[in-house]
Amino acid sequence: MRLELVKRPQRSVLFSALSPFIAFALTVVAGAILFALLGINPLTAFYTYFISPITEVWQLHELAIKAAPLILIAVGLSVCFRSNIWNIGAEGQFVFGAIVGSVIPVLYPDMQGPFVLPLMLVMGMIGGAVYAAIPAFLKTRFNTNEILTSLMLVYVAQLFLDWLVRGPWRDPKGFNFPQTVQFNPSAVLPELMPMSGRANLGFVFALVAAVLIWILMSRMLKGFEIRVLGSSPRAGRFAGFSFNRMVFFAFMLSGALAGLAGISEVSGAIGQLQPSISPGYGFTAIIVAFLGRLNPLGIVAAGLVLGLTYLGGEAAQSVLGISDKVARVFQGMLLFFVLGCDTLIHYRIRLVGLAPTPKLETAPKLEEAH
Amino acid sequence: MDITVSILLTIATAATPLLIAAIGELVVERSGVLNLGVEGMMVMGAVAGFGAGYLTGSPWIGLAAAIVVGALFSLLFAVMTLSLATNQVATGLSLTLLGLGLSGMLGTGFVGLPGERLPNLYIPLLTDLPVIGKLLFGQDPIFYISIALVFGVSWFLFKTRTGLTLRSIGDSHTSAHALGIQVIKYRYLAVMFGGACAGLAGGHLSLVYTPQWVENMTAGRGWIALALVVFASWRPLRVLAGAYIFGAVWIGQLHAQAFGIPIPSQFLSSLPYLATIVVLVIISRNKRLTMMNTPASLGQAFVPDR
Repeated sequence: MRLELVKRPQRSVLFSALSPFIAFALTVVAGAILFALLGINPLTAFYTYFISPITEVWQLHELAIKAAPLILIAVGLSVCFRSNIWNIGAEGQFVFGAIVGSVIPVLYPDMQGPFVLPLMLVMGMIGGAVYAAIPAFLKTRFNTNEILTSLMLVYVAQLFLDWLVRGPWRDPKGFNFPQTVQFNPSAVLPELMPMSGRANLGFVFALVAAVLIWILMSRMLKGFEIRVLGSSPRAGRFAGFSFNRMVFFAFMLSGALAGLAGISEVSGAIGQLQPSISPGYGFTAIIVAFLGRLNPLGIVAAGLVLGLTYLGGEAAQSVLGISDKVARVFQGMLLFFVLGCDTLIHYRIRLVGLAPTPKLETAPKLEEAH
Repeated sequence: MDITVSILLTIATAATPLLIAAIGELVVERSGVLNLGVEGMMVMGAVAGFGAGYLTGSPWIGLAAAIVVGALFSLLFAVMTLSLATNQVATGLSLTLLGLGLSGMLGTGFVGLPGERLPNLYIPLLTDLPVIGKLLFGQDPIFYISIALVFGVSWFLFKTRTGLTLRSIGDSHTSAHALGIQVIKYRYLAVMFGGACAGLAGGHLSLVYTPQWVENMTAGRGWIALALVVFASWRPLRVLAGAYIFGAVWIGQLHAQAFGIPIPSQFLSSLPYLATIVVLVIISRNKRLTMMNTPASLGQAFVPDR
């Protein structure tokens, strides 16, 4: 028995809508098997993982905190992936944006006032965009593979942050802990509803970014240009669109959003710089982008789902006593299933029995030799 | 003299995992498949190697486990990209993410435990020879496997008919299919070979390089291996050269840190990654040359029509 793919005449609208849900269902089933293998009752595990983290209002706030950076980064990445540009270094742009955005609260803590926070956010965006411009420049100027360069820059950014918080930016009064000073109140991202939980303005940024990118991609010429160049660079060239400009645009836009996510995380959820400021948001956002079908509005929903996997991982660790790495496993499986289900959009899958398949009789010379 | 020898030995130890993973990926890419999951397969091999070695007390069983787990893990990628024709870049990425998560979860109980180390080769007299004895006859077994792999793969690709077939598939899967070659079957085998190699490379890390389990212990080596394949313009012998250059960079920065050179250690640690970028830029600058060397069907999904 083997699988055979039969191309559909046009993409299936039904599976286009259903595939994320099928993928999620499959992930839950696979997760149940995984938990059973670990000797944990799947129902208990399921409740602990997916339900218990969102039963109270303050927990919804935590979900918003986790989902905000994922959504922000993923909507930017969706522009890249649509244009067939593979920016997988969002984690590095996140870190670099956080560093640049933190210059004021760390080096000039006396600077206070309502202008500080907007300035920090803008600097964070610039930091992320500039960092993302490096692989864009190398790709357009030297034809260098952007996957590898953008990824290598992640390690560089993380090491740079590590040096800063252990070296020149370390809080002199911090008992030698590798961290900067606590940001002063005017450099902290305000909370949305301090009465009920910690969620901050970052979530609003995420929603606004999603709507803006949705408008850009579906209602504006630039979005059309990106989609054309992404699906057929040749057709794009005939239309007079510049491939190189688009590469820079996609990279710097996604870099700016990742940088904004970075500075928002640091000034909102953490309140200072420390050696590690992200539980892999930049990589998880890749999953979010695909689960959201590269559609900004779908990404909002996907970001909430993936944010939940982080919370579920923490809950699983404290309640069930298993490693919180289980969150990473869930995320990886989810992406696998999403990609697999997406095949159904373009192909019908047929199971073929062992019946002899028609074979070419005319001398396939290369095959005969062995 | 002794210092030179010991430095050369550490360079070989640092280069071996890069070399093995890159040679495996080279075969995969020659068949026209781009598997970005090297890092994930490698880290799975590392945890499997350590775990099996620790639980059975035999590093050789660990070695076998690393290879088998690497190959099985790559099968996941093969089913997705070859049978379901999913996007290879995205699928490879998800293999890496899944591998990093799964290995972290499986390895929770192994953190901090002392591991089993594969013994170095020892041949009486030969290994005792001054200078070259240790270099040629006193290294770990995986080192010899890595060298054999380079020449074996080189011979296979360029001197055998099956190798020619594999390369033809990588250059034009449609033509190969029209000739009656079973494109998908070849690619399955190539991907699994790459997975076995990546698993072995990971096993080297946890059974030879640092016989212990540390989460994410591959530290980007899988990605550097991918870059090495591009650097080597898909030729095995150049992979050998590239891997040793990178091994030297890796060891060089470690020695520099140990000697207390007044450069922050983080800057030195980022050298291998920066070197990768520089090397990629130099190699890919010549667009025509790159296009000539790259397997023409690389990264494209293939769905046989009938």
